[in-house]
Amino acid sequence: MFVSYKWLQDYVDLSGITANELAEKITKSGIEVEGVDVLNEGMKGLVIGHVLEREQHPNADKLNKCLVDVGDEEPVQIICGAPNVDKGQKVVVAKVGAVLPGNFKIKKAKLRGEESNGMICSLQELGVESKLVAKEFSEGIFVFPNEVTVGEDALAVLNRDDQVLELGLTPNRSDCLSMLGVAYEVAAILGREVKLPQPEVATSNEKASDYIEVKVEASEDNPLYVAKVIKNVKIAPSPVWMQTRLMAAGIRPHNNVVDITNYILIEYGQPLHAFDYDRLGSKEILVRRAQAREEMVTLDDAKRVLSEDHLVITNGQEPVALAGVMGGANSEVQSDTTTVLLESAYFKGATVRKASKDHGLRSEASTRFEKGVDPDRVRAAAERAAELLALYANGEVLEGSVEVDTLTVEPAVVSITLEKINRVLGTNITTDEVKSIFNRLQFEVSVESDEVTVTVPTRRGDITIEEDLIEEVARIYGYDNLPMTLPIGASTPGALSEYQKKRRVIRRYLEGAGLYQAVTYSLTSEAKATQYAIEKREPIRLAMPMSEDRSMLRLSIVPQLLEVLKYNVARQMDSVAVYETGTVFLSTNQDELPEEREHLAAAITGLWHLHPWQGEKKTVDFFVLKGILEEMFATLGLTNLVEYKQASIDGMHPGRTAEVYLAGQNIGFIGQVHPTVQKDLDLKETYVFEISLKALLETETAPLQYEAIPRYPSITRDIALVVSKEIVSGELKGIIVEAGGDLLKEVSVFDLYEGERMEAGKKSIAFSLRYYNPEKTLTDEEVTKAHDKVLKAVEEKTGAVLRG
Amino acid sequence: MQDRLKELQQEALNKIQQASDLKELNDVRVSYLGKKGPITEVLKGMGKLSAEERPKMGALVNEVRDEISAAIEQKQQVLEAEAVEKQLAGETIDVTLPGRPVSKGNHHPLTRIIEEIEDLFIGMGYTIAEGPEVEKDYYNFEALNLPKGHPARDMQDSFYITEEILLRTHTSPMQARTMEKNEGKGPVRIICPGKVYRRDNDDATHSHQFMQIEGLVVDENIRMSDLKGTLDVFAKKMFGEDREIRLRPSFFPFTEPSVEMDISCKICSGKGCSVCKGTGWIEILGAGMVHPNVLEMAGYDSKKYTGFAFGMGPERIAMLKYGVDDIRHYYTNDVRFLKQFHIHE
Repeated sequence: MFVSYKWLQDYVDLSGITANELAEKITKSGIEVEGVDVLNEGMKGLVIGHVLEREQHPNADKLNKCLVDVGDEEPVQIICGAPNVDKGQKVVVAKVGAVLPGNFKIKKAKLRGEESNGMICSLQELGVESKLVAKEFSEGIFVFPNEVTVGEDALAVLNRDDQVLELGLTPNRSDCLSMLGVAYEVAAILGREVKLPQPEVATSNEKASDYIEVKVEASEDNPLYVAKVIKNVKIAPSPVWMQTRLMAAGIRPHNNVVDITNYILIEYGQPLHAFDYDRLGSKEILVRRAQAREEMVTLDDAKRVLSEDHLVITNGQEPVALAGVMGGANSEVQSDTTTVLLESAYFKGATVRKASKDHGLRSEASTRFEKGVDPDRVRAAAERAAELLALYANGEVLEGSVEVDTLTVEPAVVSITLEKINRVLGTNITTDEVKSIFNRLQFEVSVESDEVTVTVPTRRGDITIEEDLIEEVARIYGYDNLPMTLPIGASTPGALSEYQKKRRVIRRYLEGAGLYQAVTYSLTSEAKATQYAIEKREPIRLAMPMSEDRSMLRLSIVPQLLEVLKYNVARQMDSVAVYETGTVFLSTNQDELPEEREHLAAAITGLWHLHPWQGEKKTVDFFVLKGILEEMFATLGLTNLVEYKQASIDGMHPGRTAEVYLAGQNIGFIGQVHPTVQKDLDLKETYVFEISLKALLETETAPLQYEAIPRYPSITRDIALVVSKEIVSGELKGIIVEAGGDLLKEVSVFDLYEGERMEAGKKSIAFSLRYYNPEKTLTDEEVTKAHDKVLKAVEEKTGAVLRG
Repeated sequence: MQDRLKELQQEALNKIQQASDLKELNDVRVSYLGKKGPITEVLKGMGKLSAEERPKMGALVNEVRDEISAAIEQKQQVLEAEAVEKQLAGETIDVTLPGRPVSKGNHHPLTRIIEEIEDLFIGMGYTIAEGPEVEKDYYNFEALNLPKGHPARDMQDSFYITEEILLRTHTSPMQARTMEKNEGKGPVRIICPGKVYRRDNDDATHSHQFMQIEGLVVDENIRMSDLKGTLDVFAKKMFGEDREIRLRPSFFPFTEPSVEMDISCKICSGKGCSVCKGTGWIEILGAGMVHPNVLEMAGYDSKKYTGFAFGMGPERIAMLKYGVDDIRHYYTNDVRFLKQFHIHE
C-alpha cells in the first residue's frame, strides 16, 4: 500500500511530524514502512507554461518549434519533440537552469539550428513510472486538463512535492489497504483524531429504483449489493489533484468516472464498479454463480470461460462483470457514456480468490475482496463516489440506492482480564493505560473490576480473541517498553542427543581428514534421483515442479557431490574432496510420508597430497578413501563389525567397487566412479562413498572400557603367502584371525606382489602377525604352536603356500 | 722403573693432546693401556722388585694409568663435541621452506552458524529436535493455525507432492510435533534446525531450498518479556555484546502477538548506512507468543500454558556475520568459498 503523506492529511493532523518520522513510528508500532519516496527528489525549476504558438521545425520533421509563456516577461522559444504538443496547451516546462531526475540540467541549446530555451516535459521525465501515466500522455508530454496558472510551480500543482510511504502489509492488516484504515492507525499511534469524509450529495427527483432492479441469487457469495444511478455524466479527465493522488497510490488515471471509483477504492478500501447503464441491455442486475462453460469477454478484451465456482453480475441474461475481479467489455464506461450504474458490494473473499486465481487476474479490487472489505463502508463508499461523480463528472445522482442486504454484521466483543494482559506480557500495565490504548484505536471499551471488554469495529476483522487484544495493547504500549526477563520454572537439561553428538564427531573427523562439507539440493532430476541409490525405490516426484532439474527428491547424495566436483574442476580446482550429510527420501505408500534416511557421502578427485619440493605427490585412489572410511569406523568403535565385499554397482568401476557391510547389513558402497561417467563430467579418477549415517550412528557399540597397557613383550612373525589371484586379502585375514586364537592380537598386510616373478594366476600377500599374552612373557613354543595353526588353516582353506 | 713410567705417562699425554680425531685417540688408548702396551710391559718387570717396593710401584702404575685414562676421557669428550658440531653444521636446512601440508577440510558456513546457535541454546536448557523434511499439510499448515484456504498460505508457495503431503516450508511443524509428543505437558524447550523448501526461483536473495532454525518454549507462565530477554541474549552472543535489539509488531498465523526482531547495525552503530538501508536496524528473525489455537491443537490447555517461538534463517545470519552477498554461494559449494570458513576467530 502506497500512502501519500499529503493525502493522509485530509484525515489526520500530521503537523509537527515529518514523513520520515511518521514512517519510523508506524514501523515501530505495527506496520513495516519499507520506504519513503520523495517525489520531487533532485528536481527544480519546473513551471506551468502556456504554448502560444507551435509550428513545424524548419529542419526536422519530428520536432516542433514552440513559443511558450512561462510567466516571465517574454515568452520563450522551446523545441519540442513530443508528437502531442500543440498550441493552447498548458504544459510542464523545465526552464533553463532546471534540474530533472538523474541530475539532468536544462541548458540553453540549439537544435538543428533553432534555439531552445528549456524543455516541455512528459511525466516520465519527472520520474513518474510509465505504467502510471495516463494512456493519452504515455507517448508524449503531459497536458493539464483544467485552468492552471502560468508560471506556477508545476511540481506543486502535480503534487510532486509529496512523499509516499510504502507500507509492507502483513495479511492480517488488510484494514490498512485504505487511506481511512491508515488514518485510524496513524491517529492511534499519534493520539490524534480521525476526520472522516462527510459526503454531501444533492439528489434529483428521479429514483434509482425506477431505473434498476437488483436480485441476488447467490447471497452467500454476495450478501450485500448496493446500486446507485448517476445521470448526465460527462466523461472527461479527472482533476489534476485526483490524478496525482491516484498516481501516488500506484494507479494509472483514465477518465473521471473510472478515476473516481479507483479513488474510493484507495480512500475507503471498497472496490466499486461503474457500468454504462445504457449498455447494460436491461434494467436488471442479477447476481448469480456462472453456469459451467458460460462465456464472457472482460474489460481487457479477453474471452473468459467460466465455471460454477465463479460469481457473475448479469443483466438478467448474460454476465456483465466477473464479480469483484473485472467488469465486462459489453457494459464498459466509454467516452460517450452518460448514465452510470455504480456498484458497491460485499463479495465473499474465497469466491473472489477462486475466480481471480482461475483467470490469473489479480487486481487492486480482487485483492481487497479476498482479504475481506469492511462491511460498514459499502454504503458510505457508494455515497462518497456519488458525491465525487456529481462534483467532477457533472453527474446527477438519482435519489436513493437499490440494495439487496442479507449481511448480518455483528462487531466482535472480546473480553480479557488485566491480569492476563500483564501475565502474558510480563508487564505492570494499569487499567487506565489499557483503556487509553483502546480509546486511541477508537475501539469501544468498558472496564468492570479487572475485566476489560472491547467492542471491535468491523474494519478490524483481524481481532477476534484475547491474544489479539494483548497484541494491540503491546504494540501501542510499545515493545521498547517491554521488560527483558528469562523464563523461570523447572529447568531442563540442554544437550545434544547421542545421535547428534556422534554426527558432529563424524563431521569433525571427516573435516580433519581433509574433506570439505558441502550442502546440496534435495531436489534433482529424474535421472540423478535414483542414480547410486543404496536402496532402489520409485523416486518421489513433485506435483508441480518448477523445472525438470528440480522435480524429484533424491535417493542418494553422490550425484550431487559429483556435480560439486564438476563445478570446481571446471574452475581450475583440480583436487577436490567433499562430503555431505543429508537426507534421502524413500517412497512408501502414496498417502504416507516417505521414509527419510540420513546419509553420509563423500567424493574425491585429483591429488590427495602434494608436497613438491620434497618430491611427495599422491593421486587419490581407492585406498585413500577407504582409509578415511576405516578410521571413521574405528572412531565409532565399529571396526570389527565392518566388511567390504567386491560389488558391481551401476555407474561405478566394475573392478574397484565394494559394498560396505556393518554387522552383516549392507549400509552403502565405496569405489571409483565408472570411467564413462567420469568422462561425462570431465573428471579424472574420482572416488566416492555413500553410506547410511542412520545405520552407522544407531549401531550399538560396547561402552568404552580401559584395557591394560602391555606389560610383557610381544612377538611378531611375518609370513608371505602365495595364493591364486582370486583370493582376497580380507578372506586370508579372516582365516588368520580365526586360526590364530587369543594370542594373536594384530594382523596387518605389509606387502603385495603380483609381478613377473610370480607363477601365472598367483600373487603373494605378506602379513605381519603380532602375538601377545597379557598375563606373561610369551615363549617361542607358544607362538610357534599358534602360528602353525595359522599356516595350516590358510593352506587348507586357500591352498596358500609360504613363499620361499 | 719409576722414571720409565713417568716418561711413558708424558709420552701418552702428548699423544692424547695431539690426537685429532676419535680414531687416533683410540689408537693411543690401545697402545698405552692395552695388554701389549708399554705399561703392561713395565708391570711384567715388577716381579723383580722387593715385597716392600712392589705395592708402591703398583700404586704408581695405577696412578699413571688413571691419569692417562682420564686424559683420554677428557679428550674424547672434546673430540665428540667437535664431531657432533661438524655433523650438525652439515645438516643445516632452509627453515623458510614450506612444511608438509596437512589435509584438512572444514565445515560449511551454514553448519557453523547452526552449531553456534545450537550450542548457545543448549546452554540455556534447550534440546535439538529434528523432523521430516517432507511433511503432512496438517503439521506444516493446519496445526499452525493455517487452515486450508487461509490467505496467509499465499505467503509461502509450496512444493506439494500430493494434496496432503509437501516439502516443509518452514521448520515450524516441529513445534506441533514436539508438543504433540509431550502430551500437553511442559516444559518444552527446543531448537529445530533444518532444510526447508519454497517455490522460489533461485537468485542472489532467493533459494528454493534454505535452512531455518526454529525455537520453542512452552510452560506455565511464559511471558513475552521472556521472549525479549531470550532474544537479547541470543543477539548479544551471536552478534556482539554491544548490539541492541528492537521488537516490531508483525504477523504470523501461529503466534499472537507476533514480532520481528531487529538488531542495531554493527557497521554504522545505528546511525544508518547502506547495509541497514539507512534505518540503523537489521532484521534478524520473526517471533511471537504461541497462538492459543496452536497450543490447543497440540493438546495443551491454553489457559494454563503459554509459550514463545522464534524462527530465523542461517543463510541470512551468515550473510550478516561474514558479509556473504549471494545466497547461491551456500549451495554451489565452490571450494574457494568453503575454504574461507576454516578460521576460528
